[in-house]
Amino acid sequence: MSLEPSESSKMPSRLPKSNTGIRGLDEITAGGLPSGRPTLVCGSAGSGKTLFSMEFLVHGATKYKEPGVFVAFEEKAEELAVNVASLGFNLNQLQHDGQIRVDHVRIERSEIEETGEYNLDGLFIRLAYAIDSIGAKRVVLDTIESLFSGLTNQAVLRAELRRLFEWLKEKKVTTIITGEKGEASLTRQGLEEYVSDCVILLDHRVENKISTRILRIVKYRGSVHGTNEYPFLIDEEGISVLPVTSLQLNHPVSSERISSGIPALDKMLGGEGFFKASSILVSGTAGTGKTSIAGSFIDRACTDGMRAIYFAFEESPHQIVRNMRSINIDLQAHVDSGLLLFSASRPTLNGLEMHLLNIVKLVEKFQPSVIVLDPISNLVTVGSNSEVRSLLTRLIDFLQSQQITVMFTALALNDKNSEQTDEGVSSLVDVWVLVRDIESNGERNRGLYVMKSRGMKHSNQVREFVITDEGLKLVEVFLGPVGVLTGSARETQQLLEKTSEALRDHAVSRKDREIERKRLVLESKIATLKEEFESLQEELNKSYIEDELKKSIMEDNRKELTRKRDNLL
Amino acid sequence: MIKDSHDTQDWDDSDEMDNHFVLDLFIAGASSNSIRAVANLREICEKYIKERYTLRVIDVHQEKSLASQEQLVALPLLIKSRPYPERRLIGDMSDTQKVLKGLGISGE
Repeated sequence: MSLEPSESSKMPSRLPKSNTGIRGLDEITAGGLPSGRPTLVCGSAGSGKTLFSMEFLVHGATKYKEPGVFVAFEEKAEELAVNVASLGFNLNQLQHDGQIRVDHVRIERSEIEETGEYNLDGLFIRLAYAIDSIGAKRVVLDTIESLFSGLTNQAVLRAELRRLFEWLKEKKVTTIITGEKGEASLTRQGLEEYVSDCVILLDHRVENKISTRILRIVKYRGSVHGTNEYPFLIDEEGISVLPVTSLQLNHPVSSERISSGIPALDKMLGGEGFFKASSILVSGTAGTGKTSIAGSFIDRACTDGMRAIYFAFEESPHQIVRNMRSINIDLQAHVDSGLLLFSASRPTLNGLEMHLLNIVKLVEKFQPSVIVLDPISNLVTVGSNSEVRSLLTRLIDFLQSQQITVMFTALALNDKNSEQTDEGVSSLVDVWVLVRDIESNGERNRGLYVMKSRGMKHSNQVREFVITDEGLKLVEVFLGPVGVLTGSARETQQLLEKTSEALRDHAVSRKDREIERKRLVLESKIATLKEEFESLQEELNKSYIEDELKKSIMEDNRKELTRKRDNLL
Repeated sequence: MIKDSHDTQDWDDSDEMDNHFVLDLFIAGASSNSIRAVANLREICEKYIKERYTLRVIDVHQEKSLASQEQLVALPLLIKSRPYPERRLIGDMSDTQKVLKGLGISGE
């Protein structure tokens, strides 16, 4: 969308659009409904058509300075005002301010006698009057099909409707026409034939006793638009559509790390913990401490000053807080400081899509850095595996785009396929931590290992996972001669090793002493030999000097004798 | 309120008022439907309720706020406000039988 054609090129201008102000809808439609053209909003009874169109008008009047006319064929103005008051719209005030004009068109077949040719000029005139009196830019006709039950001449009605839509286009007002869903067609009276620019279908489905509202853009001439079915929500803030399926895989990534709250687990994950905005799956069989892992993760995040939401699908917040206290984690303190928010709901409360919407809405409101979903397994009770998978995919996408780190817990069945989680989400997540029961020697112990961890070095070791009064601990892996040992087997083995070490130490010191003694003996021997050698050397030296002396004395004597003989001559 | 058994009418009005027709014909400008409706209605009135009616012809274009007040949708529209009950007739009044039926006059 950023690549706008340059002004010099002769591209015809883009289709102008009018923002609806309905959350999410403007994203799907890339800007709203076509300006100055009619849009058909169709759906079965109770699908939210009136509310949809009323929001369009009210937002137009309050946010976009586009006053609007609401032509109500079904409800009286007072009834409408009461109905939308629950959404916080003060229709009476808006009417008083000349922002919105509600015109109730009542047409009762029993009161009317048709006596020949007629047309709908009356409707045209009052509509024109209403539009001109407040300078309306938006018009809603809800539901114009009522005309068909009030008047019998179909040919006239159809011709007049065609003329009406043309006239509305000429008036350059953005119009919503609502229509009841027909048997085989989008609307009972085939209004889609006349309104060819934009058609939006609202649906209300009940599957497995759980209802989901769906919005789909059937067509939008001259514009790109999302074609999927988008779930939407009607609550006290009106309609919100969340185009969570339109997200692409292009979110920014972070190499920042976030601690898991268990130092030893961080060490297994390259020493620093998870990547920020990554998704973490903790799966394991029942009672392996998944919630405790989630609890310590949340605790650490809040301690570090991050905001967090804990979505609990199984336990109540109080229960979680109490249970965490037993392992020395005080979540209540974080709740009190406003960093932690609990959102507990039974999975069966809503359809899956509603859960997703609620999560997304809450996340957007609370702006957390970390969220926990505990456990996702329960969601399967309200949807099939593929639906849960699709939900989690979109949720992960959404959270990553918001730079939020998410931890899911999932119950793994203790069978041969326990490597695969029920929900089949293990391939979606960035980090998968598996907690498992290891049963041997008549006891159960917990083993924890990192099945995968994208983009970081991680330990391939199984660690024994111990839940203590002080929190969670991972005990150094203990490799015995028969493999990895856990629990009391590990402790026994450790004791054994300690004993043999002491024995070995003892043996070593005795040998050392003997060597020392040997050395001393040898050293004294060396000293004796050295002395012997020195006395021998002295002896030898003595005779050598004597010889030298003798020799020089004899030389002197001889010289003396020679001189004396010379003197005699 | 019914006092006399010979009085076949249910409402409590004088005989004179019962017989007097108050008719408002709403038309949209000088369209062909409008012109035909005015002509047809005048003819019917002259023929069946001569001098027993008051006819007002109102051009809605001249007074647009009336459209909403009077709940106008289809035009031309004839509102018979007297005698009771009020009746609404739409169309160009070309179907004389239906007009008479709507006005509560038996076509003799």
